[in-house]
Amino acid sequence: MILLSPPDWAAYQGRFIALWTDAQYAYALYQPAELVAVALEGGTYPALPHAGAGWYQRLAFDLHGFKATGAADTRPAIEHFRAADFTAPWPEFAAPEVEGVHQVAVGPIHAGIIEPGHFRFSVRGEEVLKLEARFGYAHKGTLGLMRGKSPRLAARYAARISGDATVAHSLAFAQAAEAALGVSPSGRAIYLRAVMAELERIANHTADIGALAGDAGFAFLDARFALAREYICAAAAMAFGHRLMMDIVIPGGVAGDIAEGGAGEILAVLAALEAELPSLTRVFEDYASLQDRVIGTGIIPPHLAAEFHAGGYVGRASGQAHDARVQPGYPPYFEHMLHMPVQQEGDVAARIRIRLDEIPESIRLIRDMLFALPAGALAAPLPPGSGMGLGVAESFRGPVWHWLHVDNGTIVTAFIADASALHWPLLEHAATTAILADFPLINKSVNGSYAGVDL
Amino acid sequence: MVWKTTLGHILGKATPPTAADPARAAEMRARVAAAGSARLGRSLAIRHVAAGSCNGCELELRATQNMVHDLTQYGFTFTPSPRHADILLITGVAGRNMVEAARQARAAMPEPVLVVACGDCAVDGGVFKGSPAIAGGAEAITAIDLFIPGCPPTPTQIVQGLLALIEAHSFPPKKTRR
Ligand code: SF4
Repeated sequence: MILLSPPDWAAYQGRFIALWTDAQYAYALYQPAELVAVALEGGTYPALPHAGAGWYQRLAFDLHGFKATGAADTRPAIEHFRAADFTAPWPEFAAPEVEGVHQVAVGPIHAGIIEPGHFRFSVRGEEVLKLEARFGYAHKGTLGLMRGKSPRLAARYAARISGDATVAHSLAFAQAAEAALGVSPSGRAIYLRAVMAELERIANHTADIGALAGDAGFAFLDARFALAREYICAAAAMAFGHRLMMDIVIPGGVAGDIAEGGAGEILAVLAALEAELPSLTRVFEDYASLQDRVIGTGIIPPHLAAEFHAGGYVGRASGQAHDARVQPGYPPYFEHMLHMPVQQEGDVAARIRIRLDEIPESIRLIRDMLFALPAGALAAPLPPGSGMGLGVAESFRGPVWHWLHVDNGTIVTAFIADASALHWPLLEHAATTAILADFPLINKSVNGSYAGVDL
Repeated sequence: MVWKTTLGHILGKATPPTAADPARAAEMRARVAAAGSARLGRSLAIRHVAAGSCNGCELELRATQNMVHDLTQYGFTFTPSPRHADILLITGVAGRNMVEAARQARAAMPEPVLVVACGDCAVDGGVFKGSPAIAGGAEAITAIDLFIPGCPPTPTQIVQGLLALIEAHSFPPKKTRR
């Protein structure tokens, strides 16, 4: 960590990832893993000019009441009860001042089986002029619950930041705790964690690609991809004891070994998926009506993705060649070279293609890792030490960062940055490149986590 | 194109079984047939409301609709409108920010309404119990008829829970409850 003066803090150049505060400092994280800080003065710190900083500055105010001086955007992020008497006045959504515009309100309860959030569209006819998203409906006070607990105890909160990325979040949290306390997990634990993380990636990619096809009217693809996910979850339950592999990655290692026969079960399921994938991909590519829905829809131009330093498939579909497994990288990926698909179009189709490409790559990685699985202890004991630690893992949707300050074995402050925080503003833009009826498809293709940003 | 793919599946190697457990599924179907019709008819519509979950419960809830678990075969469907719903299924901790919206959804449903709390979070706040940001489980929103514990409950547990619910309510209707 580098402590900066306020002017240096505000002028710091780099690929911005996240910003947060504790009782004394404001911290900013830049790629690949540079942490800088500035001392708070009277509960304030200078606002940062980066595109992605806006959300985090709003969040920091809602969580701790510290203000970013000079910030243009001071809307609430997740706190709906800001007023002194704990009432929640409905916020004003500013519509663009043009003739014929009206607003369409959607949520917090959505039509499908999905998380809560509010979308306010300003439309003229079918044309979307502006989208403003409001979050916080899934706010559970997770960071507050972590404080005062040991990393072992707090790991169950990390596992529940975003259930679809429970392995990745647990992994980033474990790495942060291990960095803070100077613990190294065994090679076996590292490999088992990576196997679970790749399984989670495939499970989400298959389910989401299917759901996208389903939204575009292709029930057949939806059914087949949903089945692929189901088999992966069943294999995960057999091998690791939980369908989502929740609470298995813990600080120091893993909570349990892979079950006997688990590797065989996983490999069989992946072989079946690998055999079917080319034919499913062909269906995707061959139907004009399907391609018509996804090509050129919901465009996130590369310059905008670059401005927000978007990671994950959202970034990679818009020309950003970034993957936390490669940069900054973490074991065991140093030993397993990764092919990283990148596209330039930035539309729904490109995001689907990236995810289709990542499935065989993850299958290959799992095979290699199960083959190379070393023997060793499952979990190293955690000494009750003190320190700060940063951890990152590439979830299926992008990098998730965890930062921990541990004192005498208990957590003083924790911060968690899900990839979604940088994706939601891009969705707000992408929605304006298409008509209102295409929004469900665009939203699904970005698939930001509500819980991941609401914390 | 599709015929080629389909043929590939038929001629290709054996895929894993497509039902969770055929014997159990048959038994559950028999239970619905015995219990479901008396009070509720053969078809029940569920309105799901996520009231501050981690989204793990939603994943498994969606999985009840896949070809293996196939909730629809027992007569359950998900509906986007509370006006068309017989069952309100709540996931999540009842976060402070969601209580009002969830209550409005409950109020918009025609009586009689059965309410299900799905997942440890909805049962009593789960791991988030004690957080000042939450109202503490789905009971903070409305009275609950059935609790399905689990973090998240498996699709099988969700299906079995829903069946138990309609069995428990298969007697002739009593007075409309609120
Ligand atoms: S019960 Fe578990 S899986 Fe379900 S929402 Fe709560 S934490 Fe997530």
